[in-house]
Amino acid sequence: MIEPGVLHIIVPILIVACALLVAILKDLIVAVISLAAMSLLLALEFYLLQAPDVAIAEAGVGAAISAAIYILAIRATKRR
Amino acid sequence: MSKIVRTMSSILSLFIFVYGSYIIMHGHLTPGGGFQGGAVFASGVALLIVAFGSQNLHKSLKEHHLSILESGGALIFIGLAFGGIATVFFYNFLVGSPIFGHIPPPGPNPGDIWTAGVIPFMNLAVGLKVIAGLSAILLVMALATTITEVEE
Repeated sequence: MIEPGVLHIIVPILIVACALLVAILKDLIVAVISLAAMSLLLALEFYLLQAPDVAIAEAGVGAAISAAIYILAIRATKRR
Repeated sequence: MSKIVRTMSSILSLFIFVYGSYIIMHGHLTPGGGFQGGAVFASGVALLIVAFGSQNLHKSLKEHHLSILESGGALIFIGLAFGGIATVFFYNFLVGSPIFGHIPPPGPNPGDIWTAGVIPFMNLAVGLKVIAGLSAILLVMALATTITEVEE
């Protein structure tokens, strides 16, 4: 069992790492998947901070719906 | 997509729909509510759109039907709000009646679903509106991108 205090250090570092990957990566699909992972980790952080209501909304909208909308929008562009 | 993906997503989407409906229906007892459950439900629709393709799904899921559902959710919400206009706007007129009317004892309790009067119906209306709105957004975006692919 991991201590909750350790999770409060690990999860924000992973969130920042995923957000940096979104800016660095050249492939747009991989960047969108990194953004969805950042959203999921953000939902985990909301749950750790005892806001399960916000966590459900973040997991539903941030990880699923917005990633699907981004991928649908990228599909309409051309790859060089 | 391949047959494996289609079969698995048609099974998994049922579980996602049931979970989204659970979040909507238990909005007055547990974390969540109309918006959260609707977003979970719409992510199941997104899974179906990705797996089966928007052209196939558009045969049974038309966006004007979704538009009717969305307007219906808004009308149910406003109608319930006007239902208690005899006392005050948004008055909870169902408390004490047999429908969702139980009054829970004060303090911690196991959670009776037949409580909170008009609030479960408002959660249901908001959930209907969010499901229809997000599904319509996803469906229209998927259709628009496939049409541009065909034109090229």
